[in-house]
Amino acid sequence: AENEPSWETPCTELLVYVSTPGCDGFPSLDSKENYKLSVSKGSMLLSAETIWGALRGLETFSQLVGRDENGTYYINETEIVDFPRFPHRGLLLDTSRHYLPLRAILETLDVMAYNKFNVFHWHIVDDPSFPYESSTFPELSKKGAFNAMTHVYTASDVRTVIEYARLRGIRVIAEFDTPGHTLSWGPGAPGLLTPCYMGKTPSGGYGPINPIVNSTYKFVTSLFQEVSTVFPDFFLHLGGDEVDFTCWKSNPEIRAFMMEMGFGEDYKKLESFYIQRLLDIVSSLGKGYIVWQEVFDNNVKLRPDTIIHVWKDNNMQYLKEMANVTRAGYHALLSAPWYLNRISYGQDWIEAYKVEPLSFEGVPEQKALVMGGEACMWGEYVDVTNLTPRLW
Amino acid sequence: SCPTMCRAMGLAGVLLGLVVVPAVLVSTNLRHGALRTGAEPEPSDWELAADAGPEDSLWPLPQWVRTYPRQLQLAPSRFQLVHGAGSSAGPGCGLLQDAFRRYYEYMFGRSRWRTWGRRPLAARAEPELFQLQVVIEAGDPGCDRHPQLGSNEAYYLSVTEPVAVLKAPEVWGALRGLETFSQLVHEDDYGSFLVNVSEINDFPRFAHRGVLLDTSRHYLPLKSILTNLDAMAFNKFNVFHWHIVDDQSFPYQSIYFPELSDKGAYSSNLIYTPADVHLVIEYARLRGIRVIPEFDTPGHTQSWGKGQKDLLTPCYNGGQPTGSFGPVNPVWNTTYGFMTEFFKEISSVFPDEFIHLGGDEVDFSCWKSNPEVKEFMKKQGFGTDYAKLESYYVQNILDIVSSYNKGQMVWQEVFDHKAQLKPDTVVQVWMANNYAHELSSVTGAGLTAVLSAPWYLDYISYGQDWKKYYSVEPLKFSGSEKQKKLVIGGEACLWGEFVDATNLTPRLWPRASAVGERLWSSSNVTNLQDAYKRLRHHRCRML
Repeated sequence: AENEPSWETPCTELLVYVSTPGCDGFPSLDSKENYKLSVSKGSMLLSAETIWGALRGLETFSQLVGRDENGTYYINETEIVDFPRFPHRGLLLDTSRHYLPLRAILETLDVMAYNKFNVFHWHIVDDPSFPYESSTFPELSKKGAFNAMTHVYTASDVRTVIEYARLRGIRVIAEFDTPGHTLSWGPGAPGLLTPCYMGKTPSGGYGPINPIVNSTYKFVTSLFQEVSTVFPDFFLHLGGDEVDFTCWKSNPEIRAFMMEMGFGEDYKKLESFYIQRLLDIVSSLGKGYIVWQEVFDNNVKLRPDTIIHVWKDNNMQYLKEMANVTRAGYHALLSAPWYLNRISYGQDWIEAYKVEPLSFEGVPEQKALVMGGEACMWGEYVDVTNLTPRLW
Repeated sequence: SCPTMCRAMGLAGVLLGLVVVPAVLVSTNLRHGALRTGAEPEPSDWELAADAGPEDSLWPLPQWVRTYPRQLQLAPSRFQLVHGAGSSAGPGCGLLQDAFRRYYEYMFGRSRWRTWGRRPLAARAEPELFQLQVVIEAGDPGCDRHPQLGSNEAYYLSVTEPVAVLKAPEVWGALRGLETFSQLVHEDDYGSFLVNVSEINDFPRFAHRGVLLDTSRHYLPLKSILTNLDAMAFNKFNVFHWHIVDDQSFPYQSIYFPELSDKGAYSSNLIYTPADVHLVIEYARLRGIRVIPEFDTPGHTQSWGKGQKDLLTPCYNGGQPTGSFGPVNPVWNTTYGFMTEFFKEISSVFPDEFIHLGGDEVDFSCWKSNPEVKEFMKKQGFGTDYAKLESYYVQNILDIVSSYNKGQMVWQEVFDHKAQLKPDTVVQVWMANNYAHELSSVTGAGLTAVLSAPWYLDYISYGQDWKKYYSVEPLKFSGSEKQKKLVIGGEACLWGEFVDATNLTPRLWPRASAVGERLWSSSNVTNLQDAYKRLRHHRCRML
């Protein structure tokens, strides 16, 4: 009959043709992920400039293969030309609020590949715990992890994640968020955090990293030296968000420093002072950096290729922020409308889908500075028991 | 974060060596409902070292708990759960035998204890606890019966050397007591199993404590249902409200009407065979959980029409049938003939005294369009009040089900639309808007009520929403003491529109635990900090 599919000679091979050599490298922001897929009578050809495009094409090919009621595998004649609209398509996992066993991370990388995500933003440490086993500073995880034996990522674990990701064309961008979000660093690095004061005496509590002592910068240099070697991606995420100034304000030495430097009562200047030096350190290590939007909002001097990560979402203000960031000439990443940890009833995927990252006021040159975005799965209420159904 | 071994009370090890005269109560939780001494005892009166209270992982909190710092140790290779002297139940009581094995596994199975490497008893200061003896006091323990609304779930637990005793009037109380005992046993930092000397007197505040699962919007494999029954038992829930069929699919394989699932299920393997149903009922029974099936009519029945011709009302448009169907057709005799046969089967398949007949959200538009129905309305003198037609239908069904000696549960609309209900009909209040008022009305009319309105757990939201479920007070409505007694409990509902086996467990638990404690524990157990302390241990233990 006219409309019946004609079963042509069974296809036996998908030929994969990659024009640029290099299987052993790591994907980067500049990697070309375009591919062409051509399925016709007699031949199936997947051609891509790079292996990364080939990976994307394989995923698409696997989605085209169907199975009929008899169980026969088939594929329609197809022509596909594909490439990503945005080069940075990421997912953030938070392994500090709740430890995520290796298998949960690897499983997530698999599903990311199904969805053509290409950046795993590993928010590896934070206030509640420090699971990253540092070779330079082993005490950090020994004292800072939820359990130093069971809730840590060894160097081997980290290598496993990086390689597993690489094989799927996924970059691993580690985030060591400072100077805030660092409570778990304290126990393993005495003297690093600011001691808070109650009047004239220390309260016993600690705040953000102490920006006024040289030891801080020595420590940070050594740590990031290690981190830069361990994580091969050009970019590191340096955090810089939600720095609470109360502890700094309470500390007399810090207050004295503020006066000395002429910062007055503007602690944003102190924050910038720290961040500036951090960025210089990381630059000198040959890495680029991504920072949360506060670093931009607080007028820190940034390198032109800094990527600003826009995350604050109060009443669609993020579009204004995107405009501001790009107008100032910086690259931007959007996460604000994609905080997937904020669950709600029903088909909330629709709201996420409707977001148009470029729907802010700006000239085309600005729009071109938007590298992409990231879906964030913060871990306050997420662990291995509910990660997968919450995220996907 | 949960420590891998889920060691709920590691700090208890700190109390090694403390031998305290039994009369000295360092940790007491007196929460007996009858002891209304006014103010809640101040935490400072009984604070133990840090927060090392042995009752720190009890959930739901028993009515009356007294724990002592003195600890006893248990050796997995020697400890036994046995029938005590004078118990009306013995080794022939399959339900208890099964429970003994299950609870032994829960307590000791997790850690891989070795039978070698025995340490001489003298090496430890604590005396050894050799047994928990279970004594059922009623002449007829109820081993082979199914739990009912009137079952006695009270128990008394005394943990002291050399033998602990669990006394309960009926086996159902023994099951509850075993769960509590298993929550008292903990491992210290060295892997030793310990239990504090304790005395507990417990019984549920409400008799109907349920969880609703919806297997029509999404099919739930048997494993999901059974796992959920386990979780329910951890939380002392005693009713599984099985909303088994609905518009979307009909997975219940009927013996009299096989076409219903043949044509109405999502697919031929997404069904519950009679064997599956028996398995669920028995698995539940062994955990003291009643299975109340819901066959919701006349609305929510689209899937019924696939396998049963001439059951649903044909909708009309401009004098012509549109091809689509509405609720069950209340005017045809064949409808009642079918329902008579169908509910005969349901009554025999499901042993519980109650069947849930639904009756919610009936959309009248199709009825209004159908000429036969309109004719019938005129004949009956219902005017344009279709609620009367709905009640006419519902009353017929209630009569049919009554004739099979089954009690009925219905959704609140059945009451709201003024159907004639039997005095022991249970009305399930589900509409969130002003549910306190509805409880007043239902109980004011002398009917029993079950509350679900504030406990629709399918409505997920960000953060610790368990707190809002925990803070509900079911009896906070205006009514007499007599009315308040008519509220027999509540149900946490997990509707299936956005739920299947991939996300059921993390969505339902431990949020439903909040409901579980609200329904079991005393009304003055409301402190959120204390609840959080216990709930975090309980949740890790459930994993």
